[in-house]
Formats: sequence, C-alpha cells, structure tokens
Amino acid sequence: MISWLRQVMLLAGKDLRIEWRSRTALLSAVVFASLVLVIFVFARDPATVPTSALAPSVLWITVTLASTLTFTRAFALELDQGAIDGLRLSPVTPGALFTGKYLANLAFVFTVEVVAVPLFLLFFNTTFGSAWPGILGTLVLATVGFVAVGTVFGAMAIRTRFADLMLLILLLPFLVPPLMVAVQATVRLLAARPLSEIAGWLRFLLIYDIVFLTLGALVFPAILDE
Amino acid sequence: MTKALRIIRRGGVLTVLGLLGLVAVYILALVYTPTEVRQGLAQKIFYVHAPAAWAALMAFSLVGIVSGLYLWLRDERLDRFAASSAEVGLVFSVIMLTTGPIWGKPVWGTWWTWDARLTLTLFLFFLFVGYLALRAALEDPGERGRFAAVVGLLGLVLVPFVHLSVYLFRTLHPQPVLVKPSAPSMPPEMLRTLLISFGVFTLLYLGFVMVRYGLQLATDEAAREAHDAG
Repeated sequence: MISWLRQVMLLAGKDLRIEWRSRTALLSAVVFASLVLVIFVFARDPATVPTSALAPSVLWITVTLASTLTFTRAFALELDQGAIDGLRLSPVTPGALFTGKYLANLAFVFTVEVVAVPLFLLFFNTTFGSAWPGILGTLVLATVGFVAVGTVFGAMAIRTRFADLMLLILLLPFLVPPLMVAVQATVRLLAARPLSEIAGWLRFLLIYDIVFLTLGALVFPAILDE
Repeated sequence: MTKALRIIRRGGVLTVLGLLGLVAVYILALVYTPTEVRQGLAQKIFYVHAPAAWAALMAFSLVGIVSGLYLWLRDERLDRFAASSAEVGLVFSVIMLTTGPIWGKPVWGTWWTWDARLTLTLFLFFLFVGYLALRAALEDPGERGRFAAVVGLLGLVLVPFVHLSVYLFRTLHPQPVLVKPSAPSMPPEMLRTLLISFGVFTLLYLGFVMVRYGLQLATDEAAREAHDAG
C-alpha cells in the first residue's frame, strides 16, 4: 500500500508527463491567452482609453479564460480507452485522485500564467514596479481557489456532450467573486497603495481557497461513484 | 391510484388555492393598500416582487441543503425534490428579475444597477440555470443526481462569497443617492397585504414543487417499468 502523498505525486506526475509529451493543450492555452491579449489591445478606442485603464481587467480576464481550457482536458485523458476504470480499480483513494488532478491543473495554470503575465506586461507597455510581490501573491491566491472549483466541475462537465460549454456555464459564476476581488486588489497595487489596504481582499481569497479546496475534496468521491 | 398521481393532485389543489390567493393579493394591493406618496402606483409591484424573491431564495436554499443531504444519504426522493425546487425556483427568480426592473425604472431611474442584492439575485438565476442545464445534459439518473447535488451544494456555499465580494466592490463605487431603496415605516395595510402575499407565494411554491415532484416520480416509475419490461 503506497502512501497517500505518493499516490498524489504519481497521479499528478502522470498527467503532467502526458501533457509534456504532446504539449498540445499547454501550447493552445498559451496561444489563446496571447490572442485574448491582442484582442483587448484592439477592442478599445486608443485615443480615449489608455491601456493602463484596462490593464487589471485584461490581466484577470485573460488568465481566467485561458485557465478554463485545462479543466475538461484533465478528465478527457481518463475517458480515453476507459483509463478511468483502471484508476478506479487501482488502490488510489478518491481524495488522492482529486489532489493529484488538482495539482496537475494547478501546475498547468501556473505555467500559462508564467507566459501570459510577461506578455501582458509587454503588450500593455506596463510594469508592476514595486507592486510585483503583491500582484504575484494575489495571482497565486486567486488561482489556488478557482482551480479547485474548476477541477470538480471539469470532472462532471466531461460526462456531458458539450463539455467545454457546460464547464463555462457552471464555472463562470464561481470565478466572478475571486476575479472581482483580484481586480480590485490589482488596481490598488498598481496605484502603489500599501499592502495593508488590500489585506481584506487577500483574506477573502484565502478563505475562498480553503473553503472550495475542502469542499472539492469532500464532494469528489461522489463524482467518481459508479 | 398511483402515489405519483396522488402527489400531483394534492399539489394541484395547493396551486389552485395559491392562485386564488394571488387574485386576493392583487385586489388587496389595488383597493385596500394606500398609494405610496413618493413612488406612486409603481410601488404596487412590491407585493409581487418581494414575495417572489422570497420564494426564489427559499427554493435555492432548499436545493443547496437537500443536495448536501443527498450526497450523504443518497435517497432518490431528495434528488427529485431538489430538481423540482430548482425548476420552480428558476420561475420565481425570473418573476423577481422582471418585476424588479419594471419597478426600478420609474423609482430608481434605471432598469438595472449593480447593487448587492440585485447582483446576488442575478447569480441565483445563473446558478439555477447551470444546475438545470447540467441535469438536462446527463442521461444516467445516478450520475445526474450526484453531479447536480455537487453543483447545488457548491452554489449555496458560493452565495456568501458573492455577497461579500459585491459589498467590497460597491464600497469603492458609492451608488447615486437616487438609487437608494426608500423604506420608511410601512402602514399596517401595506404590511398585512405583504405578509399575506408572502404566504400566498409560499403556497404556490409548495404547490408547484409537489406537482413537479409527482411528475418526476411518474417519469421515473415509467422509466423503471420500461427497463424491467425490456
């Protein structure tokens, strides 16, 4: 009987290895994020709306939309040739499966962010300046929470016919609160406001993370049941 | 007489009583209650809007709670109830979202504002739609029940987060003074009519849910019989 942590690492490693071999989803997500950024640059009147006014919203919309591409993919892997049945038969606990999938999704989304954020800085001709630790922290806190919800909904949406559309219908209402809070925090940080001013928002994100990670792990066995 | 038919009959009786009550509420609102000084006749919609909001909120909370119970007990009656409550709740939330702007335009001067309560009700609507869309997209009854229950439960947990984030959002953008619900103390005629209307909408909720529940039960039984026969 292998330990729980080892199960998690094996599962997450397996997903990431599969992704690394083809890199299709990751590359698509990165290209998608770049295109969204480009669209935002042109979808405004350059004479009246400076890029700096749009920057926080653009950053967050791009990151969240690009991230949603990973959630159905994580379980599409398991539907292929009934791989999920193999997982069910293996001595892997549902909790470990959720955590493994979650960590793989998290790594995927962080990778997208690592590419999208510098591109955003480049296209929007902006810098985080001394605000970058705060923005990085906000990015991590927001991502940790919505990836938990995305992992749960991805596992369910994949069983429907229009999986990606179903995922968005279910997931977007859950993305709005962290998105709203993260944008507000970013606006403040870019305006060089002190970190203490956004402490409340960061706490909100932290509570969101804890609540939905816990709930995700609790309800996940119900999704896997036969 | 099958059980399903009995439930539908009883639900039908409650619905008819509720509809008669609704007629009474309309008459009371138009004849018995005084006209509000500042809002004029527009205020009359309040007797439908607030109780509809109450019914939608009750439906939504019950979907969330019952979903949690279903994940624990796996009793199919709970799933059937949650599905019925979500459908009925969607109807009430549409009533709430249409009567609100009709009142808001003359009184607030705008059809819609991103006030905390309005935003929350819009989210309830979206969550109901997502819940029902997922149900409709799943064939297997077991899977449908479990997945829907996960969405119902998570949706209920999301509500405080939506409320808090909208509140944080709003503190940055104070609303114009015009967009402020004026709620002075209410004359007793208004309060009485409103309370009656709350009762009537609760009755309508129960009636609708019972009919819907009975229909679902009949459908499930028919499916089971077809399965057994085949």
